[in-house]
Amino acid sequence: MRLCLTVLLMLLALPSAAVIETYEFSAPELEVRYRSLSQELRCPKCQNQNIADSNAPISKDLRRLLYQQLEAGATDQEILEDMVRRYGEFVRYRPDFDRNTVLLWLAPLLFLALGGALAAVVLRRARGGPTQALDSDERARLDALLADKDRAQ
Amino acid sequence: MAPRLKLFIPLALFGVLALLLARGLQLDPKELPSALIDRPLPNFSLPALESGDMLTNATVTGEVALFNVWATWCITCRVEHPYLEKLAAAGVPIYGINYKDDSSAARRWLAELGNPYRANIVDAEGTLGLDLGVYGAPETYLVDGAGIVRYRHVGEVNDRIWESTLGPLYRQLAGGESGS
Repeated sequence: MRLCLTVLLMLLALPSAAVIETYEFSAPELEVRYRSLSQELRCPKCQNQNIADSNAPISKDLRRLLYQQLEAGATDQEILEDMVRRYGEFVRYRPDFDRNTVLLWLAPLLFLALGGALAAVVLRRARGGPTQALDSDERARLDALLADKDRAQ
Repeated sequence: MAPRLKLFIPLALFGVLALLLARGLQLDPKELPSALIDRPLPNFSLPALESGDMLTNATVTGEVALFNVWATWCITCRVEHPYLEKLAAAGVPIYGINYKDDSSAARRWLAELGNPYRANIVDAEGTLGLDLGVYGAPETYLVDGAGIVRYRHVGEVNDRIWESTLGPLYRQLAGGESGS
């Protein structure tokens, strides 16, 4: 019975470990924007996590800053620009389209075009292209070969 | 294309891929370009570690100097410390930014290990660190006489770093200023 209770309590305690910290927002839509922005901003220290998932102290600071900016009435664009001013385009998982990121944004299209062109070439070749009629010499040789084959049988 | 030459396509593709991957191995993904290069040092007004007086941009800029982000919890900072002492002894002005640290521990550290800093800015909350784009200590910023950030080095400053990147830049900036 006691063991059962212990196990049960341990199971109940699990979700509390997942909570990082909570902020009280003055309006529900701020919380929605907080969620989406904190998922779009990349943690500068841990590289492959967004600041919503990361336990790093720097992410905690960035979440607090994000909260303060949201409560101060900044727009999404202003907040992102402010973050980029500190940490560079790196902090955004969806960087702006500019000279540095043009290849990044266009690479999928580029590869699609490349693959499409390759597929078109291969398909056209498989279909055999235009057939050429045999000239009279070739026709004679073919007839001779076929006659040979008939005789052998 | 001759059919025989076509046989070499996979080899060529492999070669290109190998080159790309080799390049990828040599890049350090942790080295982020600073967004602050060629922009002024962010505005701040924070107390000095030693005296408690308020320090602002105006009080710490005016000559080419290094701004070193450090903390007592940062092990690499301890490794770096003797080299900073050496630089300070050679006449390089260094300001410390005591980042998210306990001030009494920081004062003890300086008393024990020596103080290479002109002054230390207490950034207990990490607000200046956020404005600078600090993502780990130690970091060292090279700031020119007009208060413009010229270079950022992430990680320990040692002889190799100083001789290869920071030092030449520092001398160039400092030399240009005294010459004009």
